[in-house]
Amino acid sequence: MALLSPADQQALRDAFLQLSRRVRLVFFTQTIGCDTCVQTREILDELPPLSDKLVVEEVNLVLEKDKAAQFGVDRAPTIALLYDDPDSNGEPKDSRIRFLGAPAGYEFASLVHAVLLAGGRTPMLGPGTLEKLAAVEKPLTMQVFTTPT
Amino acid sequence: MSLAHEMAFASPNITAVAVEATEFPDLARKYHVSGVPKTVVNDEVEILGALPEDAFVEQALTAARP
Repeated sequence: MALLSPADQQALRDAFLQLSRRVRLVFFTQTIGCDTCVQTREILDELPPLSDKLVVEEVNLVLEKDKAAQFGVDRAPTIALLYDDPDSNGEPKDSRIRFLGAPAGYEFASLVHAVLLAGGRTPMLGPGTLEKLAAVEKPLTMQVFTTPT
Repeated sequence: MSLAHEMAFASPNITAVAVEATEFPDLARKYHVSGVPKTVVNDEVEILGALPEDAFVEQALTAARP
């Protein structure tokens, strides 16, 4: 059953026309002890039919520990956004954008925003911010706590 | 949320995770999340609420100081 209304699907189809490269939504899941993994997969499955630039890939957190560790993922459901970059020999690049928990409600809008960014949309940060970010040498992990509504 | 994701995308040294607080009550407890959005950078810096870009970046990057 479609989660998105036909009008929403069309709006997203139009927005995804901006994608200039393939975006991979890597979904880290586990079968037991994950209340929202099924819901997350259902939400993600709504996206590829709306653009041929969108792919969902599933990684089992229990069976593919090494792959999860490579992305620093230790909980499910987690979504990591990767994108294909012609400069990196076919190896997808990590956007370092993650979603922990089902991207429902307001978070779905954040996911769409992040997909467009990974897909080549011009970043929205000001030149002053980009300058400050270029000077960051220490690894930083930012956790932003949100709720679905 | 989008601001942190934009920062991660712009800097190879930044990772940004949107955490759905109600699904991970252990994390919400660990970081004393009583309102959202709440941003935690490297377990050191806490930013409450949504701030304008300049103020948010300024506060977040205090965690990057040596």
